[in-house]
Amino acid sequence: MYFEFDIEGGDFSKAGYASSQLKKILKQLVGDHKIVKRTVVALYEAEVNVVAHAFSGKVIINIDTDKIEIQVNDKGPGISDIQLAMKEGYSTASEKVREMGFGAGMGLSNIKNNSDEFYLSSEVGLGTKLTIIAYLVKE
Amino acid sequence: MQVADIINKLELEVVCGQSGLSREVTGGYVSDLLSDVMGNSKEGQVWITLQTHKNVMAIASLKDLAAVILVKGFVPDNDTVAQSNEEGVPVLVTKMNTFEIAGKLYELIK
Ligand SMILES: Nc1ncnc2c1ncn2[C@@H]1O[C@H](COP(=O)(O)OP(=O)(O)OP(=O)(O)O)[C@@H](O)[C@H]1O
Ligand SMILES: [Mg+2]
Repeated sequence: MYFEFDIEGGDFSKAGYASSQLKKILKQLVGDHKIVKRTVVALYEAEVNVVAHAFSGKVIINIDTDKIEIQVNDKGPGISDIQLAMKEGYSTASEKVREMGFGAGMGLSNIKNNSDEFYLSSEVGLGTKLTIIAYLVKE
Repeated sequence: MQVADIINKLELEVVCGQSGLSREVTGGYVSDLLSDVMGNSKEGQVWITLQTHKNVMAIASLKDLAAVILVKGFVPDNDTVAQSNEEGVPVLVTKMNTFEIAGKLYELIK
């Protein structure tokens, strides 16, 4: 199964749309499985990162019999030091974004902790690519 | 204990999401940092916060929280109300501050 969603930078009112759709889809497919919660947490944080830090993005979801693969690719400023960005507490969120309660610097850690495979790459000035994979059947 | 029980015992006011009043309450979580709640809250907890915007409901719903309590007389934004009703996750309000309401909730369900 294949799904695509667009994300608009700066528009917090639409953040979370893709993850809530994915939750509905996965609940029908696999029921009340731990993987549903983990995967939607990861996707929500990825969506919010595009809204908070980039200009626009696309979510691509591939659901297979044994795994869910999610790509979140954005056009934006990119991340110059990924290791630093991954550190809990590190955030470049604006004052306005922080007032809303974002900007704890925990989003990327949440994504990593809630996925089985995690790949983050970025080109400064162009954008950021995130791929996460969740195994439906644990080996 | 259900959401309806804590409303009575703590004298909270229900603003929206009434269809979720029978949700089971397993505990509480206190934070105004959204990704902290995303990462650390657990299903069935009541989330105490002063954030009133729509993303609060996105998180409450994705994490299957029992309800959200807004402190110090804060009220939910209009689109927060709409999403609360859609998802059936109640938003409750109180004049109490975070310290007081968290203490009372803890006493009630510890
Ligand atoms: N898609 C992105 N484009 C550009 N920069 C990003 C992107 N995602 C993350 N970053 C950078 O990495 C930092 C850390 O991201 P992370 O999600 O962990 O925290 P945050 O978004 O700042 O706050 P939180 O997620 O806790 O609300 C961000 O502050 C930002 O500098
Ligand atoms: Mg983030």
